[in-house]
Amino acid sequence: MNRSWGGGDAGTLSRPRRSVLDYVETALPKIVLGPTLLCALLFVYGFILWTAWLSFTESRILPRYDFAGLVQYIALFENERWWTALENLGIFASLFIGLCLLTGLLLAVLLDQRIRAEGFLRAVYLYPMALSFIVTGTAWRWILNPGLGFEHLVRQLGFEHFEFPLIVEPKTSIYAVVIAGAWQSTGFVMALFLAGLRGIDDAIIKAAQVDGAGPVRIYTSIVIPSLRPVFFSALIILAHIAIKSFDLVMALTGGGPGFSSDLPATFMYTFAFNRNQIGLGAASAMMMLATVMAVIVPMIYSETRRQRHG
Amino acid sequence: MADSYRAQSAGPQLIGRAVIYTLLVLFALYYLMPLFVMVTTSLKTLDDIRAGNLLALPSEISFEAWTKAWGSACTGVYCGGLKGNFMNSVSFVVPAVVISTLVGAFNGYVLTMWRFKGSDMLFTALLLGCFIPFQVVLLPMAQTLGWLGIANSIPGLIFVHVVYGLAFTTLFFRNFYVTVPAELTKAARIDGAGFFTIFWRIILPLSPPIIVVCVIWQFTQIWNDFLFGVVFSSGQRQPITVALNNLVNTTTGVKEYNVDMAAAIIAALPTLFVYVVAGKYFLRGLTAGAVKG
Repeated sequence: MNRSWGGGDAGTLSRPRRSVLDYVETALPKIVLGPTLLCALLFVYGFILWTAWLSFTESRILPRYDFAGLVQYIALFENERWWTALENLGIFASLFIGLCLLTGLLLAVLLDQRIRAEGFLRAVYLYPMALSFIVTGTAWRWILNPGLGFEHLVRQLGFEHFEFPLIVEPKTSIYAVVIAGAWQSTGFVMALFLAGLRGIDDAIIKAAQVDGAGPVRIYTSIVIPSLRPVFFSALIILAHIAIKSFDLVMALTGGGPGFSSDLPATFMYTFAFNRNQIGLGAASAMMMLATVMAVIVPMIYSETRRQRHG
Repeated sequence: MADSYRAQSAGPQLIGRAVIYTLLVLFALYYLMPLFVMVTTSLKTLDDIRAGNLLALPSEISFEAWTKAWGSACTGVYCGGLKGNFMNSVSFVVPAVVISTLVGAFNGYVLTMWRFKGSDMLFTALLLGCFIPFQVVLLPMAQTLGWLGIANSIPGLIFVHVVYGLAFTTLFFRNFYVTVPAELTKAARIDGAGFFTIFWRIILPLSPPIIVVCVIWQFTQIWNDFLFGVVFSSGQRQPITVALNNLVNTTTGVKEYNVDMAAAIIAALPTLFVYVVAGKYFLRGLTAGAVKG
């Protein structure tokens, strides 16, 4: 049907009808884009304002809309659990990002040495990205469980007093999240770096070789510095993943033991949906949005600037 | 010669090559280990699990855990396994992927070939939808779904996934169509071809690669989604990821690790399958849509 509509070519039409069709033709792009824009306006921008409003109310089990000032934000920052979540986010984000960048870069450089079976190895490093964080969490929860998992394995190897209570100790449970998160996301960073390595101009390398630079020197002073943009975008993407992390914690530790491995996303879910503290949940969601924006806005800015300068 | 800064495969650097390969293989083993553990554990009996260790092979292969995970495992009071949840996921993932891809294709087409005053600005505004942490829309959406009468339903999940997938699909198609030479459509327009004619006759035939990328991306994202599933559905209507999480967190009775692992593999199979048959397109989508967390 669409085809015949478009096929009623404007060129064969007589003058008076043409103006009407012309009008339709010029309006058509806007009509097509309309629903998406409306969705964005309502369900992204509108909902953000709605959540913002909720965060300024005393809503508990049901939303209420009388303005109550900053009570929820004050309550949020007086909440010990929120501070744990923030502290965990700091630990998780820095270690997760650091591990992914280091391992990703190492793997990319190693894979870039004209390796046999490169395609296969790349696929192996990358497959965790196809999994749901829930699956990853489930697998690592089993591997890290002290009863029959890794600890048991090492004990069977003869180290009878070996202990590895990472996931069940409140002090260390967040590191279990780091391990599983890094396992899932490193391959992706590797792929980004590998694409960057393949894009380096060989002429520069040649010039350096003519000047007598060795392989180590070439890597440290030419190859790796020229990966700066890749490094930067990987950093932003990983930070973004870290701030939004929710599924992994839910499946791996459930935020526990206690709330020792809570992240802001699990905090928000718990308070908004399990504890009927809608106002507090909304306030924590707004804090998450603010954090993401602080990371993303500079990226969009530099991205658009780059496009403008070609 | 040009890339001779990369390690060579002959002469004194042979040791270097050996080190490189050893490292690569060790890393590969590390990345494969959880999958290996999942598969072997799912094929063991509980006694076998207790007697052996994480890396031991099953003493005899048993598919009991698989049939239980699929058809009779208990989450809470319900003991029907994950098959219903698997079918739930299929029934909202497929329509959500199709609709969001189709609309994204049209959007991308408009934003590149039929630009109008302010369309670039609208696109930038639309992009924000890729970045927001979805926590910030959960509470209003829960209420809205209630008003629309589609709370806790398959249409509700389709709706949510389409709405929050559009920014990505639009981004994919827009960035792809930007590379299509403008002369192609200009000539057609001079010949009097209209909006839909150009789309069907010229743009769509060029689009299969980006359609594949977009479909794979959306499929992986929506299938693997947990947040929307856990917030907007309950009980028998939950998607597979939520059911898997419930199963693993069920604390009543004996902890059946083999059933957990079989369930995890069942939840992972569709996306793993896509990855194996279309890894190239998967990676392309990943780099283009990586902002989603």
